[in-house]
Amino acid sequence: MFIKRIRPGNGDISENDVTPKDVYDQRRQIMKLGLGFGITAAVAGCDVMDGTDAEAAQVKGKLAFKPGPFSTSEKKTEYDAVTGYNNFYEFGTDKLDPAKYAASLNTRPWTVKLGGLCGKPQTLAIETLLKNALEERIYRLRCVEGWSMVIPWVGFPLANLIKLAEPTSKAKYVAFQTAEKPKEMRGLRSNVLDWPYVEGLRMDEALNPLAFLAVGLYGDLLPNQNGAPIRLVVPWKYGFKSIKSITDITFTERQPPTSWQRYGANEYGFYSNVNPNVDHPRWSQATERRIGEFRRRDTLMFNGYGDQVAGMYRNMDLKKFF
Amino acid sequence: MVKSNKKGFTLDIAFICLICMLPLMWLIWRGYNGDLGVNPIETIVRQLGVWGLRLLIVGLAITPVVRIFKQPRLIRWRRPIGLFAFAYILLHLTSYIGIDQYFDWSAIWKDIVKRPYITFGMVGFVLLIPLAVTSFNGAIKAIGGRVWRNLHKLIYLIVPLGVLHYFLLAKADKTMPLIYGAILIVLLGWRLLEAAKRRK
Repeated sequence: MFIKRIRPGNGDISENDVTPKDVYDQRRQIMKLGLGFGITAAVAGCDVMDGTDAEAAQVKGKLAFKPGPFSTSEKKTEYDAVTGYNNFYEFGTDKLDPAKYAASLNTRPWTVKLGGLCGKPQTLAIETLLKNALEERIYRLRCVEGWSMVIPWVGFPLANLIKLAEPTSKAKYVAFQTAEKPKEMRGLRSNVLDWPYVEGLRMDEALNPLAFLAVGLYGDLLPNQNGAPIRLVVPWKYGFKSIKSITDITFTERQPPTSWQRYGANEYGFYSNVNPNVDHPRWSQATERRIGEFRRRDTLMFNGYGDQVAGMYRNMDLKKFF
Repeated sequence: MVKSNKKGFTLDIAFICLICMLPLMWLIWRGYNGDLGVNPIETIVRQLGVWGLRLLIVGLAITPVVRIFKQPRLIRWRRPIGLFAFAYILLHLTSYIGIDQYFDWSAIWKDIVKRPYITFGMVGFVLLIPLAVTSFNGAIKAIGGRVWRNLHKLIYLIVPLGVLHYFLLAKADKTMPLIYGAILIVLLGWRLLEAAKRRK
């Protein structure tokens, strides 16, 4: 079996403990060739796994990673808060629901399909994605509801995956889609949003070095309620842009629809950059409550990531393109 | 209706007061144990608000219950329930001002004028004040039963404002506000039907 179960709490495991020898060797070979991003057609795709190993459904264990750039030194939000207070409507609309019900999501087997306007459309197994060189990024997360957290994600830059698919020059946007598994996602019984959940980025946003695909949190694999097995993290945008449990990444010429824009285009824009000067029609965005703190704090433009992202919006009226 | 108040503070009223205090006690207990969740301030503000609204709706249900089940004694429950509803809503507002916004009066004022849900909530609260301060027997004598009854008909406006406040603040899942709205429609609809019958 391709997947090996890792017992929780057994501390540091070296990479070759969790990787079958042949794949490991192959990967060493790839790295020697200087390809860095350890995915090739040879290990990619559904054919490498049949996914019937029920035991592997809940894989837990420490991830091997190195520190990445852009991390904040602010106090990290408690693990229990990060994993116990979530908006993941596929499991219910209450913020306690995901922690209660997301365990029903089976994240193995799991594939991410890269498609649309690209030279190398392909389907990647999560095991393959997990074998990337992982890094930790400690990012602020600002929810559109007016609260924020500081979260140590583990993953790799979104740009790495995009480059692998070789999007064509026609590709101007990247569309993302969350899994749609009604039997495992009780929230899908409600039609509060159109399922599946979809999101999108402009190509330059997706290629921005800040845009990140997380597979882990606090050094462990992502808990289901945080978007296991793989999710987007775009910290300069409101949290709902950081789509969870991704199954499809598609390159498009036209701006793709987003779930919250479909719900209410007057309330949620395509860009949804954190902006204290543009209020949500129903509530102010000027301040936020950092989870764990008492007093509200001022919300920063682009959630404090202006140095990295402001240039992408230089000639745009952000009141219009909110 | 007013006459039955002469009996004063009886055991059933004491019981009603105790029941009405339970949600607050529960909230205090949870706070004492650090069990208010990841966002305790949000929990406090929301719980106080939702219990205020629930008690307002229960208060509106008393008259239909009295008439339908012919239990005139129960009308005496309406006043303590209404006063507790006011108390919860007052605490809801106080906690929003004091702990959620931390007395940031300019932000609060902007909220009141710019956010429809806060506007409706505030109007509802302000209208509730004259009802609360006239909820003792002396007030009825002072302003006269007729004026008092008309004044207290404001509740038919206040509770819908409360439900609207709740409906508008719900981000996407409107299930609970809609349930409250449906109950409210039944309770107000029953009154309209009764009024129509009386006219016949």
